[in-house]
Amino acid sequence: MRHRVLGVFARWPEASILVVALLLIAWFENANHDFLLTGASLENLSQFVAPAAIIACGEIMLMIGGEIDLSAGMVFALAPFVMHFAAEAGIPALPALLLGLVAAAVVGCVNGVVTLLLHVPSFVTTLGTLFLVNGLTLTISNGTPVAPPDGTMFAQVFGAWGYSEILWALLVVVVLHVVLRHMRWGLHTVAAGANEIGAREAGIHVTRLKIGNFVLCSILAGLTGCLEAFRIGSIDPQAGGNQIMFLAVAAGVIGGTPLAGGSGTIIGGLIGAVVLGVLNDGFTLIGINAFLFNIILGAAILGAMLFNIHITRLASGR
Amino acid sequence: MSSAIDALRAENIVKRFGAITALDGVSLTLRQGEILGILGDNGAGKSTLMKILTGYQMPTSGTLYVHGREVALHSVDHARALGIECVYQDLALANSLSVYHNMFLNREIVYPGPIKLLNNRAMRRRAEDLLEGMGVHIPSVDLPVERLSGGQRQAIAVARAVNSAASILLLDEPLAAMGAREAGLIIDLLLRLKGEGKLSIAMIMHNYAQTLDIADRIVLVQHGRITHERDAAATSVEELMEIVRSEYRARAGR
Repeated sequence: MRHRVLGVFARWPEASILVVALLLIAWFENANHDFLLTGASLENLSQFVAPAAIIACGEIMLMIGGEIDLSAGMVFALAPFVMHFAAEAGIPALPALLLGLVAAAVVGCVNGVVTLLLHVPSFVTTLGTLFLVNGLTLTISNGTPVAPPDGTMFAQVFGAWGYSEILWALLVVVVLHVVLRHMRWGLHTVAAGANEIGAREAGIHVTRLKIGNFVLCSILAGLTGCLEAFRIGSIDPQAGGNQIMFLAVAAGVIGGTPLAGGSGTIIGGLIGAVVLGVLNDGFTLIGINAFLFNIILGAAILGAMLFNIHITRLASGR
Repeated sequence: MSSAIDALRAENIVKRFGAITALDGVSLTLRQGEILGILGDNGAGKSTLMKILTGYQMPTSGTLYVHGREVALHSVDHARALGIECVYQDLALANSLSVYHNMFLNREIVYPGPIKLLNNRAMRRRAEDLLEGMGVHIPSVDLPVERLSGGQRQAIAVARAVNSAASILLLDEPLAAMGAREAGLIIDLLLRLKGEGKLSIAMIMHNYAQTLDIADRIVLVQHGRITHERDAAATSVEELMEIVRSEYRARAGR
């Protein structure tokens, strides 16, 4: 019996974090009945969860391959400014948004090329582009916020409507879950993270694959920045930043994706983001000091990691 | 013995790295359907020879013939396209992936259509059939390979190479760091593959006794040359040891 329970946790790494999420929701719902079942609370929660979940998807694909992108939070701030300047120049809203995503993709491409072709560890590469992109955004924006492009319907679809962001997040999660579990791209990403030399010997184009994942992560960060800009109604050069990047990485780790590479789960990343959102909103609603949130978050990351390492070890009988 | 039917023939292969000559005119034949053991000390040039036969490195000079045709192997992919597969010592397995995903790594079976979803069901079934046909027994092809023993992992790596329709199989120390039971599993597998007659196998080995058990012929590589070539049935561990020992004495006395 004990072994079967452990086996479930080993086969579905999402199972343990799902249990945690459900327990937290039940506890906060019991402590404060307005927590989930009023529209405003649910909308609020979804708006905390969505940005972390979307960026987590990109980080998870990188982390499975043994890489990380620290610059994602800065790309989050850059992309909407590129969109803004494109719109100012008379380009319609959708192409302007796409240009913002192209700018994000360029940063991702730089991250990937420097890491893979010039052999700089991705932690260092993206630490560099973190400051570089932040400085770039502050320079082109003069450090002042601007308004997102006009177009009511367009804005509603891309973040302004309360639930649009979470729908985008779910779309990204579903697509990348299929890519990870049911397509060659995902399988090869796992193989590259588990045994890079072996993957190359098997003929997998690891360099191309990983650069692609850097580009993907940056585009998702840029998209999130644009969605948040439309939701808030303002493009802020200080938006996103390291806070959202580390939240996304935390969501991935809590959800069952270790940084070591070779394994990971997109669904787990979504549930990890939900856990972070529930903790954040739950504490706010029952009036617990916001400082406590970081203590709990830190403990949750450590706990999740210990759980993942040791449950997997126990279940595999080693 | 006509050379046209030899699986692989190397003539006068020289490989230099700067001032160092790793291979100093190696000529070697892998006959169709045989198992060839390549023996020699560390640094004798076995690994360099292997890298040239797999297309990983190009020789400084010399000629290679694959199934009688002269080729200049310029990449691993090129060698693979000609039916040459290599199982490296690190086995090139992705530990966290299942047995069947490893067996089909980069040769996955996908559903038809633009999105090319993985056909896991077909890969699982093919992997089970292949392993059963080769007499390899593992608890389940769903297991990640990190849960298998060293011998089972080696068997999976060999099975993967065979599955790729290879006609020439190169093995780098297939029995390294293996207990007797595990080694027996791999030896049975290699002999069974040989019995089917389609594969020609060359393997780098360290253990003379094991090599003589499996191989049809052996070559001894010393200082970048092939110094001795024997039919396995016509030599013994003692003879090989004596060759190496006298070589060692000659060098020490110089």
